[in-house]
Amino acid sequence: MGIVKLRKNFHQAKWDEPIIFELSTPGERGILVPQVEKEIEEVVGDGLSDLPPHMIRKEPPKLPEISQNRVLRHYLRLSQETLGADINIDIGQGTCTMKYSPKINEVLVRSPKVTELHPLQDESTIQGALEIMYKLDLLLRKLSGFDRFTFQPGGGSQAIFTMASIIYKYHKVHGNDHKDEIITTLLSHPSDAAAPKVKGFKVIDIPPDPETGYPDLEASKEAVSRRTAGLIICNPEDTEIFNPYVKEMTEIVHEVGGLCAYDIANANGIMGIVRPVDLGFDMSFYNLHKTFSSPHGCGGPGVGALGVKKELEPFLPVPVVEYDEKNKRYYLKYDLPHTIGKVREFYGVFPAVVRAYAWMMSLGEEGIKEVARVAILNNNYVMTRILKKVKGASISFPKTKYRVSQVRYTFEKLAEDTGVRVEDIIRRMADFGFHLWTSHHPWIVPEPFTIEPTESYSKDDLDEYIEGLKTAAQEAYENPEIVRNAPHQSTIHKIADLSMLEDPEKWVPTWRVYLRKYGKK
Amino acid sequence: MEKKKVGLIVNPIAGMGGRVGLKGTDGWDIVEKAIKLGAKPWSPERAKRVFKKLLTIKDEIELLTYQGEMGERVAVECSFEPKVIGKPASARTTAEDTKRAAREMVKQGVDLIIFVGGDGTARDIYDSIGLDAVVVGVPAGVKMYSGVFASSPEAAGELAVRYLKGEIKDMIEQEVLDIDEEKFRQGVFSVRLYGYLRIPFDKRYIVGGKSTTSINEKLNQEAIATDVIEDMEDNCYYIIGPGTTTKTILKKLNLDYSLLGVDIIYNGELVGKDLNEKQILEIIDGKKAKIIVSPIGGQGYVFGRGNHQISPAVIRKVGGKPNIIIVATQQKIISLRGRPLLVDTNDRTLDKELSGWYRVIVGYKERLMYRVEPG
Repeated sequence: MGIVKLRKNFHQAKWDEPIIFELSTPGERGILVPQVEKEIEEVVGDGLSDLPPHMIRKEPPKLPEISQNRVLRHYLRLSQETLGADINIDIGQGTCTMKYSPKINEVLVRSPKVTELHPLQDESTIQGALEIMYKLDLLLRKLSGFDRFTFQPGGGSQAIFTMASIIYKYHKVHGNDHKDEIITTLLSHPSDAAAPKVKGFKVIDIPPDPETGYPDLEASKEAVSRRTAGLIICNPEDTEIFNPYVKEMTEIVHEVGGLCAYDIANANGIMGIVRPVDLGFDMSFYNLHKTFSSPHGCGGPGVGALGVKKELEPFLPVPVVEYDEKNKRYYLKYDLPHTIGKVREFYGVFPAVVRAYAWMMSLGEEGIKEVARVAILNNNYVMTRILKKVKGASISFPKTKYRVSQVRYTFEKLAEDTGVRVEDIIRRMADFGFHLWTSHHPWIVPEPFTIEPTESYSKDDLDEYIEGLKTAAQEAYENPEIVRNAPHQSTIHKIADLSMLEDPEKWVPTWRVYLRKYGKK
Repeated sequence: MEKKKVGLIVNPIAGMGGRVGLKGTDGWDIVEKAIKLGAKPWSPERAKRVFKKLLTIKDEIELLTYQGEMGERVAVECSFEPKVIGKPASARTTAEDTKRAAREMVKQGVDLIIFVGGDGTARDIYDSIGLDAVVVGVPAGVKMYSGVFASSPEAAGELAVRYLKGEIKDMIEQEVLDIDEEKFRQGVFSVRLYGYLRIPFDKRYIVGGKSTTSINEKLNQEAIATDVIEDMEDNCYYIIGPGTTTKTILKKLNLDYSLLGVDIIYNGELVGKDLNEKQILEIIDGKKAKIIVSPIGGQGYVFGRGNHQISPAVIRKVGGKPNIIIVATQQKIISLRGRPLLVDTNDRTLDKELSGWYRVIVGYKERLMYRVEPG
């Protein structure tokens, strides 16, 4: 047993650090690039005069001018002002699977064997890299029951887009021009609706049964018609209620000639236990980031590893990695008759592939199942403790008792009793060094928060986090102002005007936009 | 810091009829009947529950109210020192008193008016000040079809506090509905949409990555309108029901429209504005027609609240369920908390025929399967 201690004296760093553009000093340099030696210049030219004149910019980019050590200092300071996955018990960012990614895998991907690869190298010189991709494909085939994977999609949403593109192309090839509707569920990830819309489909949302939280089967039957091109859903959804009717849903979609696509981004509690192919799906993707040892980093270097059944293989984005048995060599195959083309340049984020391969090989079949089992156990432990210890908290759809590896909770009772909202609790949690967020679209659960304990955290870690929630909730009843005005110990205070974050007219996504909208220098 | 000015209007007779089985308390003859039946004033108690929440910011507000039962008494009982800006014309308060009080408060530049009552009170406020002030409705009436009421007195108090503290900066326009008395006297139950009041927009459903705001509500309405327009068929009459969501369609087509009435468009042109049942039937007689409606009021009625012009005869004439298009913003759907949409056409057989699953248009190229049931 370790120590379970709520860090009441925690205080986050506050560096009062300017934006890097404000630190810029004209003429200051990080690196002075040496002049090209005369002999070299004679052979290859100056490097610029070969470029078409219209492509050479007239003025240099307005980048900050700053020395190396100042850059380093700047970003280290900023890094201290975050509550990232390696510094807090990061179970409060439910749906993101913020689990521990073994650092040994970072050593592997930082090896020059990975970092010095060039995507345009000759196949004969990248046999090792191709072998890793091919073998990860084989492992994922085993895990899922599918026949072929692509690693080209750079994240979950791009994998959903790839699935929507495959559905689109499939019906085009088969002359099914009448099929223009995609069915999804209201509680599936918002991209499951957004991506098919980009492909021109109409999207039909299936609501959850208000009692059980299961996607309404009756509504699904009503929604399916000859116009149904396909189904794109999560299961479990972000409530982490496993849909017991999922096979019926895939069957009714198949009956009208639709394809079934599975957003299995919430795989952590079911991998090794549930095979998507057995639920009737024709394709599905795993997020190599979050689930398979690449940190989940807000659009960072991830892979939505998409697997398909044999009959959909000709539609995959190209190239795919093949093995030539006879000549004992791996190669990139571009010749797929119905390929949807590329969804991203080259072959996928290779470091994510390497980490996933290393992670799966280190765990083995039984280890992967164990990951899922521990994630489920941790989740149900946390749920039991929250219901027992955190005043004013309850679970959404309480009629359905079991959840897989996360739970969408609600502080509705707490808000009714005390007027303290979940957003207040979130800020208060920052005072204890914890990250908590509210969960996302659609907001049919009031005052929501989602806890996803994963397999990475010990019982002590989980208890510590629950202690934080319990304390914040207790304060809401006893001393609500301290919670309402939180955070008190963080880098920044409560944001007074939230419309800055909500009104597109006021948003400041970049420095240039800041200058334009607010005209300050 | 300058104190915020808050107006308080209590309709002392609101809600009295309900407990004794009377439909509303509009008028003193009914009140007397209610008192005889044992009714007790209800709204002052409701008002007190609001004050419990307001106590937390007592020193930051200046309370303006009317004499006696219209607010002064409850305020004093809750240890506030209100500024009394007027008094009811007689001991028996009337709608006129409510209207006068609201107008006076707007004149005095209040930041917020809290009113305690039902649909009748909401209507009086709307009649006198329209969108000139931000209001919070405390539910205390018999009839509360309007969307302007908070879910409870505590929720109303909470909303007021958050707004006054500057935590809510967003406003939303909500429907004011009330029984159409003229029709009611003729024995026809009919709820009319009278207009809209501005209330603080409380994101009851707190958000992480994305947010629901009144800005999003407007964008959502535009997205819905774009979708509807894209799918419109040639040579088909579209009967457009009242409401801000449906009327965004006409706005987008650059057509004139009646916000609270029923309009008809045909091949992108307006062929009738603010029509009654008879006019609608004449226009669509023997023609292909569809109805576009949006849930109105807090309970999610798609027929029978605020759109009686679209009568059972009209609904049957267009061919019923397959030719009814329901549009609703996500906020509207979320506020139903999983409860079905309702129909109350005054024709039970038709209500049953209209029941079942609909593909409600909730965004551009997005439909939500949603149940409709008899109200």
